[in-house]
Amino acid sequence: MDNSDSSQNTLVSVSNLTFSRGNKKIFDDISLNFERGKITAIMGPSGTGKTTLLKLIGGQLCPDKGSVKVDGKNVHVLRRAELYDLRKRMGMLFQSGALLTDMSVYDNVAFPLREHTKLPESMIRSIVLMKLQAVGLRGARHLMPNELSGGMARRIALARAIALDPMMILYDEPFTGQDPISMGVLVHLIKSLNNTLGLTSIIVSHDVHETSAIADYIYVIADGKVVDQGSPEHIRKSSSEWVQQFMNGTADGPVHFHYPAREYVDDLLSAGKRYH
Amino acid sequence: MVIELLQRLGSNTRDGFTKLGRGTRFLAQTIAGSVSVLPRPRLLLNQMYSVGVLSFLIISISGLFVGMVLGLQGYYILSDFGAEETLGVMVAASLVRELGPVVSALLFAGRAGSALTAEIGLMKATEQLSGMEMMAVDPIKRIISPRFLAGLLSMPLLAALFSTVGILGGQMVGSGLLGVDEGSYWAQMQAKLDFQDDIINGVIKSIVFGFVTTWIALFEGYDSIPTSEGVSRATTRTVVNSAFSILGLDFILTALMFGDD
Repeated sequence: MDNSDSSQNTLVSVSNLTFSRGNKKIFDDISLNFERGKITAIMGPSGTGKTTLLKLIGGQLCPDKGSVKVDGKNVHVLRRAELYDLRKRMGMLFQSGALLTDMSVYDNVAFPLREHTKLPESMIRSIVLMKLQAVGLRGARHLMPNELSGGMARRIALARAIALDPMMILYDEPFTGQDPISMGVLVHLIKSLNNTLGLTSIIVSHDVHETSAIADYIYVIADGKVVDQGSPEHIRKSSSEWVQQFMNGTADGPVHFHYPAREYVDDLLSAGKRYH
Repeated sequence: MVIELLQRLGSNTRDGFTKLGRGTRFLAQTIAGSVSVLPRPRLLLNQMYSVGVLSFLIISISGLFVGMVLGLQGYYILSDFGAEETLGVMVAASLVRELGPVVSALLFAGRAGSALTAEIGLMKATEQLSGMEMMAVDPIKRIISPRFLAGLLSMPLLAALFSTVGILGGQMVGSGLLGVDEGSYWAQMQAKLDFQDDIINGVIKSIVFGFVTTWIALFEGYDSIPTSEGVSRATTRTVVNSAFSILGLDFILTALMFGDD
C-alpha cells in the first residue's frame, strides 16, 4: 500500500504496524493510509483496538514494529518537543469528551489557546465564541462540564479540538451512547467541519449507519488485520461474510454468538465436580 | 507450595522495585517541570489554596486540642516535681520538635494527600490527562508540578500553625485553668528553646514530610488503575504509605538531629 505516488495526498500513513499488549497481538502487520481532506473511517467490533490505533497515531503509544507517519514525520522517532508541535496541529475527540472538570465550558475551549499562544484575552474571547458558535453552543459557555449532557460535552470537546485550527481531527467513537438528535447533530458537524475548515478526519467507530453516511473511505478491521477497505458502497457490497455480518448486525455468522467455551452438555454435566 | 511462595515473593519484590523506579522517574519529571510553574504563579496560588488554606481548620483545631492535652498531662507530671513553671518548655519543645511536624503531616496526608490522589486518579480515569497530552500540554508541568510545589510550601506553614496554636492551647490550660504563672510559661520557653536546634530542625522535618507526602499522593494518583476501584485503592495507599513514611522518617531525622547532644 505504501506507494510514493500517493504520498503527497496522504496525510497519515501507517505502515506494517504491529502492536501487542501483554501476549495479545492487537495489530498484526497492518497498513493504512489516510488522505488529506477526506473523512476516513476505521470500523470494527469493540475490543479490536480502534482507540489504540488513534493513540498510536497521536504518539501516546509506541508500536512494536512498523511506523506511523503524520504529514511526513515519523511520530515515534520525533523528540518530545517536536511531537508536541505536531500534536498542536492534531485535534482529538475523546469518547468521554475529556473536558477539564474544574473549568467552565468557555475556559475549556480557551485552554489550548491560553497554553500555546500569547494572544490577548479579547482575541481569545472572539476565537472561543466563534468555535462555540460553530458547534452551536455559544449560549452554554458559562456552564460547567458536569451540567452538560453527553452530546453537548462532545460538541464542546469538538470546539476545543478545533480551537488551534488543526490540520486533522481524530474522533474516538463520536456516536456511541448518543440519542438520535445528538447523533444527527454530530454527523452533520463532523461532515461540515471537515469540508468548511479543510480538515482531514479519522473516525473510529462501530456505528455502521452513521459512519458510512459521511465517510469517504472505510477500513474494516478485525483480529488485528484489515478485513476489507474501500468506499462505503464497496464495503456494503463486500464479498466477505464477516463484513456482511458486521455491516448488517446479524447475531450469528462468522462471529459466533457464543464466547468460546467447551461443549454445553459437558459443561452442564460436570457441575457436580466444580461450581465454575 | 514452597516454590509458589518463593515465586510470589520474587514477583512482589520485583513489582515493588519497578514501582519505586517509576516513582523516582515521576519525581524527577515533576521537579524538572516545577521550573515552568515559576512564570505562572497563578497555578501555584490556586493549588496552595486547595492544598494549604483548606487544611487550615483541621490543622488549627487539632493543634489546639493537642496543645491543651499536653498542658494537662505536662502539669500533672511536672507538678509532682514542683516544676510546673517549666510547663511552657515542655509543651513548646514537644510541639515544635515532634508533634507539630508529625501530627500535622499525618493530618495533611489524610486531608490533602488523599484529595490529591483522588483528583489525579479521576482525571486519569476520565481521560483528562490523556486529553491534555493530545493538546500538547504536558500534564506533569500543568497539573502535577504546581500541586507538588504547593504541598512542599504548605506543609511547613501548616506545621508552624499547628505548633503555634498548640502552644497557645497549652497556655490556656496551664495558666488559665491550672494556675501556672503566665510569665514563667513564656519566659522559660524563651530561655530554653533554641532557634537552631528546635525550630529549624522542626521546620526541616516538616519540609521533608511535605515532600514525601505530596510525592506519594501525586504518584499514587498518576500511577493508579483508572477505574473506581483502582482510584479508591490508590487513595488508601496514599494515606497508609504516607503515615509509614512520616513515622519512619521522623525516627531517622530525630536520631540524626538530636542524637549528638
